[in-house]
Amino acid sequence: MQLKGKVHKFGADVNTDVIIPARYLNVSEPGELAKHCMEDIDPKFTAKVKFGDVIVATTNFGCGSSREHAPLAIKACGVSCIIAQSFARIFFRNAINIGLPLLEYTESLDVIEDGDILEVDLSTGVIKNITKNKTVMANPYPEFMMDIIDANGLIEYTKHRLQEI
Amino acid sequence: MRTLAERILAAHSDKRKVNINEFVNVKVDMVLSNDVTAPLAIKEFRRLGVSKVFDPKKVIMVPDHFCPNKDIQSAEQAKLVREFTKEQGINYFEVGRMGIEHVLLPEQGFVLPRQVIVGADSHTCTYGALGAFATGMGSTDVSVAMATGEIWMRVPPTIKFVYHGKLPEWVGGKDLILYTIGDIGVDGALYSVMEFGGEAIDGLPMDGRFTMANMAIEAGAKAGMFKVDDKTEEYVKEHSLQYHPERMEESRSDENTEYSKIIEYDVSKIEPQVAFPHIPSNTRPVSQAGGVELDQVLIGGCTNGRLGDLRMAAKFLQGKQIHSNLRCIILPGSQKVYLDALREGLIEIFIEAEAVVSTPTCGPCLGGHMGVLAAGERCLSTTNRNFVGRMGSPKSEVYLAGPAVAAASAILGRIASPEEVMH
Repeated sequence: MQLKGKVHKFGADVNTDVIIPARYLNVSEPGELAKHCMEDIDPKFTAKVKFGDVIVATTNFGCGSSREHAPLAIKACGVSCIIAQSFARIFFRNAINIGLPLLEYTESLDVIEDGDILEVDLSTGVIKNITKNKTVMANPYPEFMMDIIDANGLIEYTKHRLQEI
Repeated sequence: MRTLAERILAAHSDKRKVNINEFVNVKVDMVLSNDVTAPLAIKEFRRLGVSKVFDPKKVIMVPDHFCPNKDIQSAEQAKLVREFTKEQGINYFEVGRMGIEHVLLPEQGFVLPRQVIVGADSHTCTYGALGAFATGMGSTDVSVAMATGEIWMRVPPTIKFVYHGKLPEWVGGKDLILYTIGDIGVDGALYSVMEFGGEAIDGLPMDGRFTMANMAIEAGAKAGMFKVDDKTEEYVKEHSLQYHPERMEESRSDENTEYSKIIEYDVSKIEPQVAFPHIPSNTRPVSQAGGVELDQVLIGGCTNGRLGDLRMAAKFLQGKQIHSNLRCIILPGSQKVYLDALREGLIEIFIEAEAVVSTPTCGPCLGGHMGVLAAGERCLSTTNRNFVGRMGSPKSEVYLAGPAVAAASAILGRIASPEEVMH
C-alpha cells in the first residue's frame, strides 16, 4: 500500500499526555479527540495537518499512558502513518490494533525534515523523500504483526479467529 | 534458568518453555479497565460479536480516574461502565467502596504470585510487586482479553536491577525507582521486564515494592517484578483467601537466571530524589533541588497512596502546619487506606495541618479534577508522571518525589530535604 504526504517532524519522547491531554479523555469519539491532537506541544498542529500527512519522530514515540485515545486522535487527524526511530510498547500495540501504520527506522533522521514530501510503501517499508530525492528502508514487521495489519486491526483479526473455531 | 517472566508466560501459554521475542497467546487471570479506558473497550467488545465475557470472575472495572464524576461527559462514561458490569456480572467497585485501581486490586486479594494480569492502564505493572506478570495495554487489547480470556504477547527479555546495601534514612522505594529511571532514561528498559532485587529490596516493605513496580512503565518497561519472599507471603495471606504455598515456592529463586543485563547500585550513595519537569528521568538528589517554590503538594495516588506512605507524611506533618503559600492535597489510595489512616489518627493530623483530604481518585495526577494547576503553578507530587500539561495547564510544572520529601516540602513551601524538617 502506497502513502504520500507532508512530514510533521517531532523529537524524542513525544508522550501521550501531549498527544491527547487527559482533560479530553471524558469523550472517546475519534472526531472529537482529533480536535485536540498535539495541543500542548504544537497548538497549530490540528490546523496544519492534512489528510495523508506523515508524522516523523526520533526515539520513544508515544511513551507514557496506555490511552488508545492517542493513536485514535492521530489517525482521526488524517495522519497516514508514523515513522520513528523507536516506539513505546503500549502505543505500538494500540496503533497496530486500530490500523494506524507505524514504521521503525533506526538510522539518523537527518534525511527527513519537517515539510518534506514522502512516499511510503507499507508492504516493502521503502520511504522515498521526494523533496530531498533520498530513499531509505524501514524495518520489516514480524510476520505475526503483519497478520493483524493485513486484517485491518485486532478486532477483525480476532473475529476471523473466533469464526474458525 | 529461565526468568520469572518467561516461566510465567510459558505456563500461561501451555508451553514447556518460551523464547525471548517469541509471539505467544497468553491466558490471563485478570483483565482490568477503568472509567476512562473501559468505554472504548466495551465498544470494541460489542464489535467482536461476543455476548459474554470469558469469565466474569476474571474481569474487573474500577471507576477511579474521573470519579466521583467531574462533569456530565465523565458521568455518561461511568454510567456506561456501570451498566456493562451489571449486564455481565463482572467485578465492580463503586465510589465509596473502591480505591485507585492499583491500590485496590492487591488490597482486595485479586493479585497472586505467578498470575498474568493485563489492564487498560499503563500502571498495571504495579502488581509485579507480588511476583505476578502484570502489564498495561490499550482498550482494544483488553476487549479481546475480556472476550477470549487470551491476548497476544511478545516474550520480553529481563534486565536485573540489584540494589546493594541498606537504605539510608528517608530513602524509600520512590527514591530508588526515580534514581533508576534517572540513570537509564525513560526508554532504558524499553520492551523489557525490570526485575528488582538485592539486599535493599529484601528489606523494602510491600508498599515500597508497589511503588517501584508502579513506575517500571516510566522506564519503558513491559513489567516490573519482584521475586516472592516472606514479605510477599505475608501480604498475600493477609489479603487473599487464595493463598497457595506451592505457588510461592516456584517464584522464590532466581539463582543462575539468564538476564539480558544486570545493573547494580549501591544504595548508601542514593539520596532522596526529585524528578524535575517535564520528564520522569530528569532526576537529581533533593539536596541539589535549589529550593524551588511550590504552589501545591500532592501526597498519595497509586504510586504512594498506601498506609505506609500516609504514615510517613504524618510523621512530618504532626503538630505542624503546611506553608501558608501552598495547598496540600492528601490522596489516600483506597477506602480501606483512608479508614485505617483515620483510625490511626493520621487524617486528624492532616486536617489540623490544613491539608485537603480527598476521597480516593486519580483526579489531579492526570489533570482531571481535585487539584488541577493553573499556568505558572508548580506542584510537587508523589505521583508518577510529569510531562507537559500532566496536571493541568501546559504552562504548569510537576516535580515528582516520595512522601518524605513531599511532606517536608509542604511545610517549608519549597522543595525541601526531609532532614531540613526532621533533624
